Amino acid sequence: MPRRVITPIRTLLAGAGLLAAVHAAGAQPPNRAFDDPRVGLGAGTADAGVALYGLALVAQRGKAGGFFNPAAAGDFGFANSDLAFQGTLVFQGGYHGFQVWDVADPANPVLRTTLVCPGGQGDPSVYGNLLFFSVEETRGRLDCGPQGVQDTVSAERFRGVRIFDISNLDHPVQVAAVQTCRGSHTHTLVPDPSDPGVLYVYVSGTSIVRSPSELAGCSGRPPEEDPNTALFRIEVIRVPLAAPERARVVSAPRLFADSTGAVAGLWRGGIHGPDTQETSETNQCHDITVYPEMGVAAGACSGNGILIDIRDPANPKRTAEVSDPNFAYWHSATFNNDATTVIYTDEWGGGGAPRCRSTDRPQWGADAIYRRDGRKLTAASFFKLPAPQTSAENCVAHNGSLIPVPGRDIMVQAWYQGGISVFDFTDPAKPMEIAYFDRGPLADSALGGHWSAYWYNGYIYGSAIVRGFDVLKLTPTEHLSQNEIDAASLVRLDQFNPQLQPRIVWPASFVVAGAYVDQLVRNQGLSAERIAQVARDLEQAEHLEGAEQQSALTRLAVQLDRDASQAADATRVRALAAVVRDLSTSSRPVSYGSGVTVEEAAAQCRAQGTVPSSTTTRAADERLQMRCRR
Amino acid sequence: MRPARHRPYRAALPIAFFAAAGASALGPTNATAQDPNPDVRFVQGMIHHHAQALVMTDLLTSRSQTEAMHLLAERITVSQRDEIGLMRRWLTARQADVPQPPVTLDQTAGHHGHGMMMPGMLSDAQLQQLAAASGAEFDRLFLTFMIRHHEGALTMVTDLFATPNAGQDSWIYQFASDVDADQRAEIARMRQMLTATTEPPHRR
Repeated sequence: MPRRVITPIRTLLAGAGLLAAVHAAGAQPPNRAFDDPRVGLGAGTADAGVALYGLALVAQRGKAGGFFNPAAAGDFGFANSDLAFQGTLVFQGGYHGFQVWDVADPANPVLRTTLVCPGGQGDPSVYGNLLFFSVEETRGRLDCGPQGVQDTVSAERFRGVRIFDISNLDHPVQVAAVQTCRGSHTHTLVPDPSDPGVLYVYVSGTSIVRSPSELAGCSGRPPEEDPNTALFRIEVIRVPLAAPERARVVSAPRLFADSTGAVAGLWRGGIHGPDTQETSETNQCHDITVYPEMGVAAGACSGNGILIDIRDPANPKRTAEVSDPNFAYWHSATFNNDATTVIYTDEWGGGGAPRCRSTDRPQWGADAIYRRDGRKLTAASFFKLPAPQTSAENCVAHNGSLIPVPGRDIMVQAWYQGGISVFDFTDPAKPMEIAYFDRGPLADSALGGHWSAYWYNGYIYGSAIVRGFDVLKLTPTEHLSQNEIDAASLVRLDQFNPQLQPRIVWPASFVVAGAYVDQLVRNQGLSAERIAQVARDLEQAEHLEGAEQQSALTRLAVQLDRDASQAADATRVRALAAVVRDLSTSSRPVSYGSGVTVEEAAAQCRAQGTVPSSTTTRAADERLQMRCRR
Repeated sequence: MRPARHRPYRAALPIAFFAAAGASALGPTNATAQDPNPDVRFVQGMIHHHAQALVMTDLLTSRSQTEAMHLLAERITVSQRDEIGLMRRWLTARQADVPQPPVTLDQTAGHHGHGMMMPGMLSDAQLQQLAAASGAEFDRLFLTFMIRHHEGALTMVTDLFATPNAGQDSWIYQFASDVDADQRAEIARMRQMLTATTEPPHRR
């Protein structure tokens, strides 16, 4: 089990000494590009230099046997791709098939199983007992064979979305294989809001359209020549969960149509004027992120970023589109938790090119951050990995997810060989990096780096294209406190597919209150005097029990309501008041006595869905006592 | 990820790289026996194809007076040159013959024409016709020829996937897909420029 750091007091005020120690140990504050420790890291596939800040590498695992080419580590036929999560399992997709890691102990990931099934990209999603798998390459075979398909037209070829029944994980059974004209580069699961027995899959095909002799009706001709072209659309697969073998394409929405019905209604490709980026034509979505609780999806669709109404999931409707002269290829999208901000990424260079050099423009190959107000998107800023990378490192904005810190919008993101970066975009106009992990270049100019990096139940999991599988955890810095990390870790998901964004709700907990206190200290959102008193009151209340605690918390909540009217950050003070009020009605601290080790007590806390909070040695009887916080 | 796509803002490879390539290109490039591997033949052919785009953009620098045309040429130059570098590395890694076609008209004239003729490529006469043009006439001719040239790349990709045993390597698959996507995008842009030469393409 990972050894949990149990801090006696958890506010930033009290933690000042610890922060000083971190800086003394040599950690660098971010956003100082040229003296950044990531500059000049030594190259090597297995022994590259490493720089990190605010993150710790908990574990790393190389690729499973058979999932790499011993003669060429960078062989792209064996590239790892995206991740999906369920329980303690991480499904790591790839061009050669998938590997499944058991991370019950995140410090010791165990290879649970593998399945060889080549065809790329191999982006996975998991839903109940079903695993979904994207295939686009012409070598993909219906039977998952590695031999490829020799004939140019063949019934053996598979390009589309595979569906495996993983009820017996040791023996996944392909129960459906839904063929599409352009194959599936990525896909997105969309639960039916009115029927829990039905799941939809949005298929984003970006590849060459296959011959109609192989799949009837496929046409790659421009829409002016063929109104039924397979370009300029996505496909929607309907999956009856009780009978997934009956999964089939039920619609092919023309998401880019204009008001006249012309299917090529958005960006037609090209430059936007002198000295702009050259933006791809909008004839495909690369990735669609759905947010079902909000009834909305964000599509990153090559030449445009779009918003989609998904309340009728089989018939999604575009409600907004944006264009940006700095974007080459709209690649992926992520909402903040209240869906008032949307981050779109630009995969300038396609991921295989070095686009984070000091000579590359900071707003090219970056994240574009938009404010969202219903159907309206307004550009706010760009965020790009601040540390320049070498020309030997393919690097551009890529896949990531939210880190659920209450009161802040924070995202962890992979930048290929630029590594993993964590940034705050609470103010969409002022994104700021707060943590990073980077390795030096791969040997032999190989393409690689992190395909994706996602937060899942307290840890960050990175899918490395060549090097394998990484587990990281956040460590406290001046930009992120232990309370904020603990509060994020309280959010537990049974299943997570990054393109199916869940709404995050935090339980009433002292760590959530502590996170808000830390934020008010950091941003001076409440007077120093008051916030120090609030921290002391919270600390005291936590050590009370029953009615005493209840009244202390109620009193504090009322005071905070009053504080809010004069606070610089009234919203945050009110959020803190709400948490304190919730705590006052539902607080239930648990103590542990003698004969129980710290580790055992911590484990018991976790088993109850709470987090270990503090250890104190009582002078009276020398007993160790630990409290668990929700 | 689309690994092979390269669209740099500024030239990633120095001109010297191509001068060196040209210097060793003083001989017929299609003299060697055809490689039995269709993927290798595709890459070798695409190097010839891309190299001629460099010949054409080199002509543009002294013949067009239109800023948009110079920008277009710079982008084509950078992307084709970048891809040539990728293709050379791929062939080298497989110990296959790496073609060294001419990348300027002078080199072309200096030795047996244009090397291997691929779909969409200009004949010697067409190259001379382009070289003899200037101003608006050059722009029109350049766009017309370059659209045809790029369409040839699409034909090559189609032919690749219509060849048994071809395109089964992940890198080749991605590279061919990206060539297809990129050249389509550039064709669309050049068609816009051809029909509306007085104003740059507008956003919709």
